[in-house]
Amino acid sequence: MGTCLCDAFFDDVARATVEVLDYLGCDVRFPEAQTCCGQPAFNGGDWKAARKVIRHTVKTFDGELPIVIPSGSCAHMVHHGFSLAMEGQDDADCVGPFSERTWELTDYIVNGLGVKEWQGKFPARIALHRSCHTRGSRTIDSAKILLSSIDGLELVEFGEQEQCCGFGGTFSVAFPNISTRMGQLKCSHLLADKPDMLAAVDMACMLHLGGILDREGHDVPRLHVAQILRDALKKGGLL
Amino acid sequence: MIKVDKYPTVQAVDEFARELPEEVRQSVYSASKIKTEKRVDALWRDFPDPDANRRLAGEIKQHTLEHLGDYLVAAEARLKANGAEVHWATDGDACNRIIGEILRANQCSRVVKSKSMATEEIELVPFLEKQGIEAIETDLGEYIVQIDGDHPSHIVTPIIHKNRRDIARSFEREGLGEYNDDPAVITMRARKFLRGKYLQADAGITGANFISAESGRIVLVTNEGNSRFCLAAPKIHIAVVGIEKLVPRDKDLSLFLSLLARSATGQCLSVYTEFINGPRMAEQQHGPEQMHVVFLDNRRSEVLASNCREILRCIRCGACLNVCPVYRQASGHGYREVYSGPVGAVLSPLLHGKKFPQLADLPKASSLCGACNDVCPVNIPIPTLLLRLRDKAKTEGSPAAAAGTPPMGAWSILASSPGTWKVALQAGKVMNLIPHSFLKINPAARAWTGSRDLPAFRGGAFRKWLKDRNKTANNPPQAQQ
Repeated sequence: MGTCLCDAFFDDVARATVEVLDYLGCDVRFPEAQTCCGQPAFNGGDWKAARKVIRHTVKTFDGELPIVIPSGSCAHMVHHGFSLAMEGQDDADCVGPFSERTWELTDYIVNGLGVKEWQGKFPARIALHRSCHTRGSRTIDSAKILLSSIDGLELVEFGEQEQCCGFGGTFSVAFPNISTRMGQLKCSHLLADKPDMLAAVDMACMLHLGGILDREGHDVPRLHVAQILRDALKKGGLL
Repeated sequence: MIKVDKYPTVQAVDEFARELPEEVRQSVYSASKIKTEKRVDALWRDFPDPDANRRLAGEIKQHTLEHLGDYLVAAEARLKANGAEVHWATDGDACNRIIGEILRANQCSRVVKSKSMATEEIELVPFLEKQGIEAIETDLGEYIVQIDGDHPSHIVTPIIHKNRRDIARSFEREGLGEYNDDPAVITMRARKFLRGKYLQADAGITGANFISAESGRIVLVTNEGNSRFCLAAPKIHIAVVGIEKLVPRDKDLSLFLSLLARSATGQCLSVYTEFINGPRMAEQQHGPEQMHVVFLDNRRSEVLASNCREILRCIRCGACLNVCPVYRQASGHGYREVYSGPVGAVLSPLLHGKKFPQLADLPKASSLCGACNDVCPVNIPIPTLLLRLRDKAKTEGSPAAAAGTPPMGAWSILASSPGTWKVALQAGKVMNLIPHSFLKINPAARAWTGSRDLPAFRGGAFRKWLKDRNKTANNPPQAQQ
């Protein structure tokens, strides 16, 4: 699943995801009819609108193949939001099997494919934002396992790691003051130890942190973990 | 307290946070952060797997709620056998009336009370004052709130929003001595004043942190020992107990007490933990001669019947407030009700009954980051409950909840029509040509661009790359129609 944010802003993240999965020997399919997981409406409280998009997504990805998403929050939406939004609906049963074959990208690489070391090299000190929607999932551990195994890559520690970036979907526009303050605080922690770049496992966090950093004139690079994995292979001459 | 405009473009909690004095924000933020850190230290130092304790405590509470009727009957029988009188209050007015009648029947004109969120909820003290009864809060924080005519801004630390200079000024105004902001001096002055009040009081009013259905034992935890003093001299003890405060057995208390103190303040155990079996027995020389337990419903049974019943597991530790990034910016007063933070965002609108739409914006005051669920000692799935209430708010058409949230109907049609979606992705590139100043016409865009940039729109770029790649490569990935 390419996600709407990749479709609109972060094309290289979707591209890196395809390249990484391709490198691992996966036969990647991209159902053209896909749009969005429905999360904006679901989190915004419009579950009727969300169900419309959920049904479309379930139909679009019909079949048995594993569904891999380079986004912690979209994976969380499928795993938790789908069944919540569909509670009491006649076709609620359709989301269970769909959810079972859905994976966040790094979780899929580490726990689905059993790849626990990443080849190539990536000489950089990186602050990895944990992305809140990965709580209770295996994603952030998986991302850390992969990143810390890369030759030359060092993960930087920072304060209040558990704190949110302040995005929260429609929260970011309905609560612009609180959301911005949360993001500014997060950025100050992420940048405290002067990392070479920032990384996340979710484009939504990247959109928010990036928006704040751009406005404040910070040019520290921001990468999705998929891009780091892909670039490590390239730097190591493996891709 | 703030008013919700009819059709504002940002949320009331956000407006409140924007206007909050920087000094107050810093007090709330620093104190919350320290308590969060102490909680983590205490739990992980003392238990091999604190999450297992949280899950177990959550299951015990959920079980209690699923069988609440049976446990309440059992508790009532035990309390009566212990010599206490049991009263049932369907709502706040009924609870206040019952307490007023007990006090009148016993010619009580002076009351001391210990900290209790249930009594805040039903506004007991203002009610008693109207009846001509002197009612003194004896928890230091609550006492300061009382003399300032303020409201608690935190479940556990009611004056988290104040600093010692504010308090010194209040004490000077109340005639408790000349201005002195040394915390030790403030505390000793309060102690001297309150000790006089304890000795004069006719009745002591408390809440209850827990009540055991098995023994009828009421458990009170404090760090100041004030609830103990409230019961030492007065002849009458009245406990106001929310019906959700039950635990099945005495042995369950070891788990709950160890989680409560660690979650609330990072202590292993609160300084004072009292187990109250009933009024003074014939062979005892001290203690209240009468004990009254008033069970308070006040819409809790409605919550129990709803799809948000898990919120009734709450043991009022405040850990979700402390960890919440929104609470840290908005403080408790931003939530306009007695219960604030994530738990308040769920509980306050539910306890509002038919007036739910007025507080239906509170469940929106969350980025759904899930930190509240992670720290909850009874594992309440707060983000799930916030989401359910957002759905309820939308279904019931609350203007307060709708403020600032872009409408999603047209978007959902777009996002379920793949052909139009692809055209929109291409067409969206036109956004790159629009100066950001033009975007300000749209409230949502204005709210974003006030403090944040948008990246360049690259709609359709990935799909184009994929198509080109598949044309040149013999191997997958392949686009599927």
